[in-house]
Amino acid sequence: MPLLQFDQVGIVGMAAAVPENKVLTRNYTHYFPEADVADIADKTGIEERRFALEGTCASDLCQAAAEKLIQDLDVDKAEIDLLVFVSQTPDYRMPATSVLLQNRLGLSKQTMAFDLNLGCSAFVYALSVVYSLVQSGHIRKALLLDGETRSRAYHPKDRRVAFLFGDGGIAALIEKNSKFGKSFFSLNSDGSREDLIKIKSGGYRFPSSADSVKEKVIDEHGNISTDEHGTMIGSDVFNFVIQEIPSDIKNILSHASTEKGDIDFFVFHQANAFMNGYLAKKLKLPLDKVPSCIRDFGNTSSVSIPLTIVSQLQGNLEGRKKLLLSGFGVGMSWASAVMEFQDCFISDLVEV
Amino acid sequence: MELKFKEVIIEALEIEDREILMSDKFKEFEEWDSLAQLTLIAELDDQFGVTIQSEDFKKIQTLQELFDHIQKVQ
Repeated sequence: MPLLQFDQVGIVGMAAAVPENKVLTRNYTHYFPEADVADIADKTGIEERRFALEGTCASDLCQAAAEKLIQDLDVDKAEIDLLVFVSQTPDYRMPATSVLLQNRLGLSKQTMAFDLNLGCSAFVYALSVVYSLVQSGHIRKALLLDGETRSRAYHPKDRRVAFLFGDGGIAALIEKNSKFGKSFFSLNSDGSREDLIKIKSGGYRFPSSADSVKEKVIDEHGNISTDEHGTMIGSDVFNFVIQEIPSDIKNILSHASTEKGDIDFFVFHQANAFMNGYLAKKLKLPLDKVPSCIRDFGNTSSVSIPLTIVSQLQGNLEGRKKLLLSGFGVGMSWASAVMEFQDCFISDLVEV
Repeated sequence: MELKFKEVIIEALEIEDREILMSDKFKEFEEWDSLAQLTLIAELDDQFGVTIQSEDFKKIQTLQELFDHIQKVQ
């Protein structure tokens, strides 16, 4: 658990883009009875999600968010020296999507660009990487793009996952400036739990084949999926959260010499309403300091933390604000941060 | 401890107006579903400091078996 610390690096502004295409959970009854689906909506707290239409990728959502942010902040594109793209739903297996985005956004060929492949922990992980590079002092402006089309990663006939995931993309502009305060990161991983959330096929261990795309019954409840779709053992994911996340949050608070009461907003990965409720209760947090967008967008994996900030905290980040971020999931991988926001600009939500 | 265990079960599963027995097969309770399982996992962790893996949960049928498992791993 490296505890990293940065000073005078911060997020200047953020934007988010979601697909226009809205899917109402209670109407998503193609494969399961209406009463069951209503029950699932009640329990997960997810009423709506956005599904990207065929042909739209995570990178397209990020591009829309980035263009909005660049326009709103009147950013000189020539000053963007670093572009990091975070996703597990890239355009291609190669080349890296960040490189494609350098071209599509019209950035200079001198832009340093690379991808980061992590899930629900990725935004916090990526911030630590970008902050580290920006603190070196040789990067004028950094663009962190984080997008997912998770709606496509799960099979609609697997009720354990069919009603949870949605799509979105965000852009964050990061700079070095003496107005920004300190930020602290805790970064962790546990590959022994690799099977808790997994898409088995499509990589090089189990390449895609005629067999990998076949639908099959995967459990005693009759759920149907393929090896090309994600599976999740929800109760063990919850065990993982219980065992690792409250203690990681306590650790990062202690490392940052910060009390819970000093934090303006606790932004957790949006897995489902139950998980957020559990963490708020366990850590004894007032609910008005725990913003959530799970109702409107579902679980968007790594996008969920920044999407919560953009959709819920616009108008609440003037002046100096202290935020605690915590992302956790597939890997398993988890990361927490305590960071100071200084007049962070938030663009209006973009619909694509 | 058995009394406390029963209280935790009643609370977590929101069982109202009836007695539960240690021989009950709790997964057959009308209150039982995946979310009830998560609530129970959280409560057992809170009250007894025990997390129960899904593989173990699959094998456990009665409240007595759950109670014995908790005492074993505690």
